[in-house]
Amino acid sequence: MYSEKVMDHFNHPRNVGEIENPSGVGTVGNAKCGDIMRMYLDIDENGIIQEAKFKTFGCGAAVATSSMATELVKGKTVQQALEVTNKAVMEALDGLPPVKVHCSLLAEEAIHAALWDYATKNHIEIEGLERPVTDIGEKEEAVEEEY
Amino acid sequence: MSKLIYLDNAATTQVYPEVVEAMKPYFTEVYGNPSSIYSFAGEAKKAVDHSRQVIADMLGAKTEEIYFTGGGSESDNWAIKAAAEAYASKGKHIITSKIEHHAVLHTCEWLEKQGFEVTYLNVDEEGTVQLEELRAAIRPDTILISIMAANNEIGTIQPLKEIGEIAKEHGILFHTDAVQAFGHIALNVDDMKIDMLSLSGHKINGPKGIGAMYIRKGVKIRSFIHGGAQERQRRAGTHNVPGIVGLGKAAEMAAAGMENRISYETSLRDHLISRVLEEIPYSRLNGHRTNRLPNNANFCFRFIEGESMLILLDQNGICASSGSACTSGSLDPSHVLLAIGLPHEIAHGSLRLTLSEQTTMEEIDFTVDKLKEIIARLRSMSPLYEDFVKKNS
Repeated sequence: MYSEKVMDHFNHPRNVGEIENPSGVGTVGNAKCGDIMRMYLDIDENGIIQEAKFKTFGCGAAVATSSMATELVKGKTVQQALEVTNKAVMEALDGLPPVKVHCSLLAEEAIHAALWDYATKNHIEIEGLERPVTDIGEKEEAVEEEY
Repeated sequence: MSKLIYLDNAATTQVYPEVVEAMKPYFTEVYGNPSSIYSFAGEAKKAVDHSRQVIADMLGAKTEEIYFTGGGSESDNWAIKAAAEAYASKGKHIITSKIEHHAVLHTCEWLEKQGFEVTYLNVDEEGTVQLEELRAAIRPDTILISIMAANNEIGTIQPLKEIGEIAKEHGILFHTDAVQAFGHIALNVDDMKIDMLSLSGHKINGPKGIGAMYIRKGVKIRSFIHGGAQERQRRAGTHNVPGIVGLGKAAEMAAAGMENRISYETSLRDHLISRVLEEIPYSRLNGHRTNRLPNNANFCFRFIEGESMLILLDQNGICASSGSACTSGSLDPSHVLLAIGLPHEIAHGSLRLTLSEQTTMEEIDFTVDKLKEIIARLRSMSPLYEDFVKKNS
């Protein structure tokens, strides 16, 4: 069901982990529908993304799109990173099954959420960046509930 | 490890070689249509009758109460739709449970669109229907109670005898979907006061595409498939003779080996359950601890998602299944796991392992060892786990 590229990124995910004191971090998705992505970015003073890391709770496609998204934004400027769309992520993975397209949307949103955090912390405005729509703040609490 | 470890026997089972051997002559040699008059066809008819006898004996039923169908889903559809139609003049209320197979649930939902009312009973946290709730749901216009014998996901066995008694007390038809239970645990339609029972061939090492329905004598439901006089005019269509022979042979073997198989599978299952719960943190067992199908284990592992787990198990040659949304093709995890009260995010991390009598202790141990690695790996990537660790450190 998955392309070789998706399987490769699922089996050998690039850039898994956290960044301490990141320039920006964003978490999108919600546990209810089964996918959560967190992306960490380290952005230098020239606005270039030096490092990108991720953690993902989700299916094979969710892991692979997160991995590919971090690869695609590394070394890019903030503006260029904004152009890493879900389509770009999907194409780089040689496609996704139709039911998994939402995973690529999540990857795009994770990038945006991390950039939004960066912009907010530094009191700057990034042209074309809108406040990320999916916020899981309230949902995270539900996850902590004991079952 | 190149060997396949098949732990998805609730999905389907391997057809036993003995079953295949029993079926073989009915393709090329004894190919006559059992409905034909000449003596050549009589051989096929005899084989069909024998299978019917085997199944009737296993259920404590009469042979004329067993009807062959195209499988478990067909039997469920037939029982519920035809009973609803036949008894609509008496009432239009049906009682079932929230954890039924979709063959029952979707049929009930369809009936709701036709003007029937359906009560979907809750289950407790172990997946058992509560008898008090059942009693309270009964109305003067209730015509059918359909409760599964054992759940396909979490394995919990329902109190059929008690449910049957309640149904009988109120003069309500009782149907049970016994697709997962038939041949695995003992069932008796008289003891359990069952009026209709669905069963399937491929869950008991028989062929796919063949099933049967028990319909108690006197239950007035009409034909579901029209077009011939087969099955006492209640299920038209030329008999699937090889399939029926295969089902009969598989049922015969299941009945003969049931006692040994139950004790063997139960010991494997209990070993699996105790190893997982002891060795994998933040895991839980879904379903009843003991009152469950001998071959069923179902777990939830917090902070991880089921499909990822299945892919990694597959890479180790292990076949399993999950109730996560990604494996169901929707955004919702299994309705059964939600019905036992699990929050979505925990239901997403479910894993069902269903054993067979071929499963070995070595395979179970190998699976648990791999599972530990896989879960640790997925947790190391999980933002939920990261948050949990930070909060608790």
